[in-house]
Amino acid sequence: MKKKWPLWEVFVRSKNGLEHRHFGSLHAADAEMALENARDVYTRRNEGVSIWVVESKHITASNPEHNGELFEPAQDKVYRHPTFYNVPDDVKHM
Amino acid sequence: MKNTDLYNYILGIADNTLILGQRLGELCGHGPSLETDIACTNISLDLFGQTRSYFQYAAKLKGGDSTEDSIAFLRTERQYVNVLLVEQPNKDFAFTIARQFLFDVFHHLFLEQLQQSKDVNLSAIANKAIKEVSYHQRFSSDWVKRLGDGTAESKERMQDAINDLWRYTDELFHTTDSDLVMIKEGIGVDVKKFKDSYYQRVNEILEEAKLEIPESKYFQKGGKKGIHTEHMGYILSDMQYMQRTYPNMTW
Repeated sequence: MKKKWPLWEVFVRSKNGLEHRHFGSLHAADAEMALENARDVYTRRNEGVSIWVVESKHITASNPEHNGELFEPAQDKVYRHPTFYNVPDDVKHM
Repeated sequence: MKNTDLYNYILGIADNTLILGQRLGELCGHGPSLETDIACTNISLDLFGQTRSYFQYAAKLKGGDSTEDSIAFLRTERQYVNVLLVEQPNKDFAFTIARQFLFDVFHHLFLEQLQQSKDVNLSAIANKAIKEVSYHQRFSSDWVKRLGDGTAESKERMQDAINDLWRYTDELFHTTDSDLVMIKEGIGVDVKKFKDSYYQRVNEILEEAKLEIPESKYFQKGGKKGIHTEHMGYILSDMQYMQRTYPNMTW
């Protein structure tokens, strides 16, 4: 049975105001079942206030073999981080 | 004991949730898939939670050295007053779902009424439990539709299960002497009042599931009087084993 069910990725918003975060994946026959399964598998300890599910095949992932060209050029460009400013003491939450 | 009728009435509710919870708990680690396994055991834990609230209240009424555990684990078979439906075995997943569905629809209608009880403890428990049971009903109804309107095999199994368990539905609407006293006092729920709504709701889902509504007019009864099917002894020996072997054992 389960072998024929497609894989779904589960995203859960743990509190209002926070973004949905990837929690894991599960098998389900369709979106409705995926939501119910996600509710039971991932939110039974009161982890969430909202669930998104998306069939895994709809996610386009970057190829790990391309990590060099995709990500390494950013490693030596510290000036892209706003770290050269002195933040006044009175400014909180920066 | 002053409140014998109330005590009996509470057991009549809580033995259903206890035995159904025990049945669902059997699926722990055996569910047809990881997802349904967790769903069934979740429902089981909801039911045990409700059972504890009822038994804690019952133990207080009974007094002495009565506790929620002694009520749950130390009675004999004839002293359990759950309906026969909830003790039926997990023959296959369709039976698990059919049993759950036929009980959930009743349970939800029942709790809706119990919320209006004059007894504040019972109405508070009903208030909390009804949210859980709304989900149980959604889960089991969805699965009835999926299996009924699924493959040829799933349809056949679902229909078999509904046909087989149908005979236990009428007992949900039987009333004991204690039930009648409690109804009269505005504490208990008059289950007969929503019997039509029950069958209407069940039939709607069965039709949506493209299943046939059983026509059988022969119904089983006995559980509410402590006369159980042959399955009950096995459930109790499993459930009571620890307390019987190691009396007063705690975690």
